[in-house]
Amino acid sequence: MDFNDTPEEAAFRAEARAWLDASAPAHEVPEGVKLDDADEVRRGRAWQRALYDGGFAGITLPKALGGRGGTVIEGVVFAEEEARHRLPKGPYMGIGLGMAIPVIGKHGNDTQRARFIDRTLKGELTWCQLFSEPSAGSDLANLRSKAVRDGDDWIVNGQKVWSSWAHESDWGILVVRTDPTVPKHKGLTFFVVDMKTPGIEVRPIKQISGASDFNETFLTDVRIPDANRIGAVGEGWACCMTVLMGERLGSGSSKSGMMPIIEYAAATPRGAGTALDNSAVRLALAEALAEERGGKYFEARLRTMVSRGENPGALAGMVKLAYAGRQQRALGLAMEIRGPEALAPSAGDAATHDLQYDYIWSTVMRIAGGADEVLKNQIAERVLGMPGDVRFDKNVPFDQL
Amino acid sequence: MNFDLSDEQKMLAEQARGLLGERSTPDHLRSLIESGAEWDEPLWREIAGMGFLGAAIPEEFGGLGLTELDLGVISEEMGRANVALPFFSSIVLAADAIRLTGSAAQKAAWLPKLASGEAVGTFAYVEGAGGWTGPALKATFEGGALNGVKTPVADAGVATVAVVLARAEGKPALVLVNLDQPGVTRTRLDSFDQLRPHYALTFANASAELLAGQAIEELFDRAVVQAAFEAVGGADACLTMARDYALERAMFGRPLASYQAIKHKLADIAVALELARSNAYFGGWAAGESPDDLPAAAAAARLTAISAFERAARENLQVHGGIGYTWEANCHFYYRRERTLAISLGSREAWADRLIAHLPGTQAKAA
Repeated sequence: MDFNDTPEEAAFRAEARAWLDASAPAHEVPEGVKLDDADEVRRGRAWQRALYDGGFAGITLPKALGGRGGTVIEGVVFAEEEARHRLPKGPYMGIGLGMAIPVIGKHGNDTQRARFIDRTLKGELTWCQLFSEPSAGSDLANLRSKAVRDGDDWIVNGQKVWSSWAHESDWGILVVRTDPTVPKHKGLTFFVVDMKTPGIEVRPIKQISGASDFNETFLTDVRIPDANRIGAVGEGWACCMTVLMGERLGSGSSKSGMMPIIEYAAATPRGAGTALDNSAVRLALAEALAEERGGKYFEARLRTMVSRGENPGALAGMVKLAYAGRQQRALGLAMEIRGPEALAPSAGDAATHDLQYDYIWSTVMRIAGGADEVLKNQIAERVLGMPGDVRFDKNVPFDQL
Repeated sequence: MNFDLSDEQKMLAEQARGLLGERSTPDHLRSLIESGAEWDEPLWREIAGMGFLGAAIPEEFGGLGLTELDLGVISEEMGRANVALPFFSSIVLAADAIRLTGSAAQKAAWLPKLASGEAVGTFAYVEGAGGWTGPALKATFEGGALNGVKTPVADAGVATVAVVLARAEGKPALVLVNLDQPGVTRTRLDSFDQLRPHYALTFANASAELLAGQAIEELFDRAVVQAAFEAVGGADACLTMARDYALERAMFGRPLASYQAIKHKLADIAVALELARSNAYFGGWAAGESPDDLPAAAAAARLTAISAFERAARENLQVHGGIGYTWEANCHFYYRRERTLAISLGSREAWADRLIAHLPGTQAKAA
């Protein structure tokens, strides 16, 4: 066991840091600056292009697919170094890099790989994920959007929801039902779709935070060429699993975590000292920090597994499960530490405005990427070997549910 | 980075788990308590023969010279089997204190005997309700004589030597004392964990000597990492027990394990356990390889391990229902051991303070 870099990893870290120190400053977003969405995506594309030109796009992607062909640990090292800079990184790039490229790489054909992967690595294509529907969230395979074959095309009708950054996306990864006469996991097919295709309407959803980075996406007689089908007809579920595995074991280094909250408590006057001098505050923050550290080292164990070619499976969900609940509680505590002004900060108090926003936003982390309850079921069933839940839809054709 | 146990460490764990699991069965533990035995002396002799006692003691003093992490692997198995052995008192505390702070002569006098199991050690730091830090520390060491009362002290009934926290020249200091002498009185107490008996030790002009070095904080840091491993082993055993019982017990026509209320309860424990285990690994690694990281790593391991064990021990009994409250069901062994580990070596608040106080060190690694 060694938590330090190997000599090869240390050399890679030095190379990455030197390159980032030279290249990142021109792309950094100053603290407290709120960009509009179009400007943020423009900057995100430019940074991705810089990564590509510098040889750091797709660190772990095989060279044959245009990536760097690096190790899992090198991917982590680069993410850690990149996190030292305030760069425009968001779902508008992450969905393409972390979800579209893996699924096209694994299930697509050579034409599709040549058409999409290199341009995504260059930042020329942004992607959104068209998976969830009003009646298919945690129960994703319950989706109702359908595609019907028409010559060389498919005609798609339906409604998707929670499509992050769809309003700024060039392409979408889409799963729809192509056969309602078989059980629900079996009748699905996977596509990529040009978001400018006629019949696609993206409507922003106003969220509880007041922001609108999610959308609902309506598809009305949308024609998708069969050439944009990924994998075989009826094998969409396997493609979804590839996407979701990439989503679970993301890099932990970008998570904001407990340190800013502890620093905030240490900077907040309370009596003769600071809020952190209060033993109840200190205990709550220390316990959360201790758990966060456990999560960090647990991720290191999972990455060690992945670097050996082992699949962590449902273990990967543990990290997010622990993180999301902890972060929500800690941000609530941070608002208490701020005191009544947390309820109505003055106009120039950007830090408290951010705190309000983060507290609201923390709710979504317990839902997105697998709700707490779904992850707990997976851990109980796949890690602890407990029985599956009672299911009334198993082996029943979708159209008879 | 490679953050996993080595093949050798996995083999060591398997070996320890096999032996301790076979010998330290619940029935055996129950019979030890019912017979009034102080400890499982035959098993102590057996693990001594396998080298477990000397694992982390240097080879020149009769040990195997393995790492803190190797010792952690063994500690985890001690916790899983809930052993009736003074391993934590003798090896993790007394032997480590002597290894860490003893002079060459002190090490030569005691480490080979502790490694072979011929001598048993303990660590006496508490002074009853009066506390044990700062001005509350009343035991004194002066002119080679130790005076005062330390209580409770784990495993003092079978110990031959104690490392004692006493006031020397006005400051807290570690003192080495042979317990087999007229100046020492041992009184057995009503111990919450019957498999880890506690004693009051009275010193009346007992002959003692100062340990050469005085690294009290480091000793505590290193010990709580091992206690965290022990707690992780105990928590894991509770989780497995609860899972197995829930799988075999049926209610309302289906296995108890098929109810989400039970599945989610155990999933939460599994998450807490893996976070704690990961912190223990880092603590064990830091104790051997990265001393600057040790204080924060130890505190984090302590906090998460105790909270995982607490949850696992409580909910294991709960999942068992009324049976869990019976003497025969075995849940109580872990339920008692958990509180013993949680309270020994300082409170939750004290370790939270230590973590917060050592934050800068935690940030250094990424830089």
